[in-house]
Amino acid sequence: MSDVAVMHAGAEPAETPLTPESWGKLGMWLFLAGDAMSFGCLIVGYGILRRASTTWPVPSEILGINLTALMTLLLIVSSVTMVLALAAVQDDDPAKFRKFMSLTILGGLIFLGLQAYEWTHLIGHTLPEHNLSFSKDLFATTFFVLTGFHGMHVTGGVIYNSCVLAAVSRGRYGAKHVEIAGLYWHFVDLVWILIFTFVYLL
Amino acid sequence: MASATHSTHSATAYLRIFYILLVLTIVEVSIVYLHLPRILLVASLVVLAVWKAALVAMHFMHLKFEKKTLALVALSPFILCVFLILMLMPDIFPR
Repeated sequence: MSDVAVMHAGAEPAETPLTPESWGKLGMWLFLAGDAMSFGCLIVGYGILRRASTTWPVPSEILGINLTALMTLLLIVSSVTMVLALAAVQDDDPAKFRKFMSLTILGGLIFLGLQAYEWTHLIGHTLPEHNLSFSKDLFATTFFVLTGFHGMHVTGGVIYNSCVLAAVSRGRYGAKHVEIAGLYWHFVDLVWILIFTFVYLL
Repeated sequence: MASATHSTHSATAYLRIFYILLVLTIVEVSIVYLHLPRILLVASLVVLAVWKAALVAMHFMHLKFEKKTLALVALSPFILCVFLILMLMPDIFPR
């Protein structure tokens, strides 16, 4: 059977041996591997700049690690609601899916709100008190670049998840698409776990 | 439509992973307040972070149930980052 004939039948042209369920899943994994490289370079760069600096503040004295521990938990919880949303859509339970997907999106929004609060507080109070700023020292620069890059990913994830929620509600997307969106969302959670350790705790 | 190749997607299994992640996060924060020697602090926190990241990848991203080759795709950035660190070693520890 030719590729064209298969596509007319509504199926995908051929299956990939890596992820037989869908090409989209392989595509997302490859994108995430590349994206992980971006985060990896930023984290390695952060480590090297910190190692090479003669002075470096103790992060836990400047950054509020209790608040960020809460933000970490929030992302982990939203990961759990994401897998529950996937389980619901696989069980053909649209109401349960909408509930858990909405909770996932809400978790992302609260995370962004807390990050905005954290940044405002740092820029307005904590950093000037310690004579630090984005433009003149590496501690603040690397902090804002890393958490900002991650925050953009969370923003993207909230938009992505909202689109998936709308598309599933209208019956255009199914479990396959929810699973792919889930991969992205869990990746954002995974990266935050690493950032939380390397930037806040160490 | 649903990817039926996966084994059970039971809510209790996911909640179990959540509780492990919760406990590990509490342990992480407690370690910081313990004021351990630096080398011990770094070693324990890195182990805990990798452990948590692996739990998320294996269970939430279902890597445990995927083909082994896909795990290589997922691991490639970490391998490359280790190379990156090794290549930059002369700059990190100049003679």
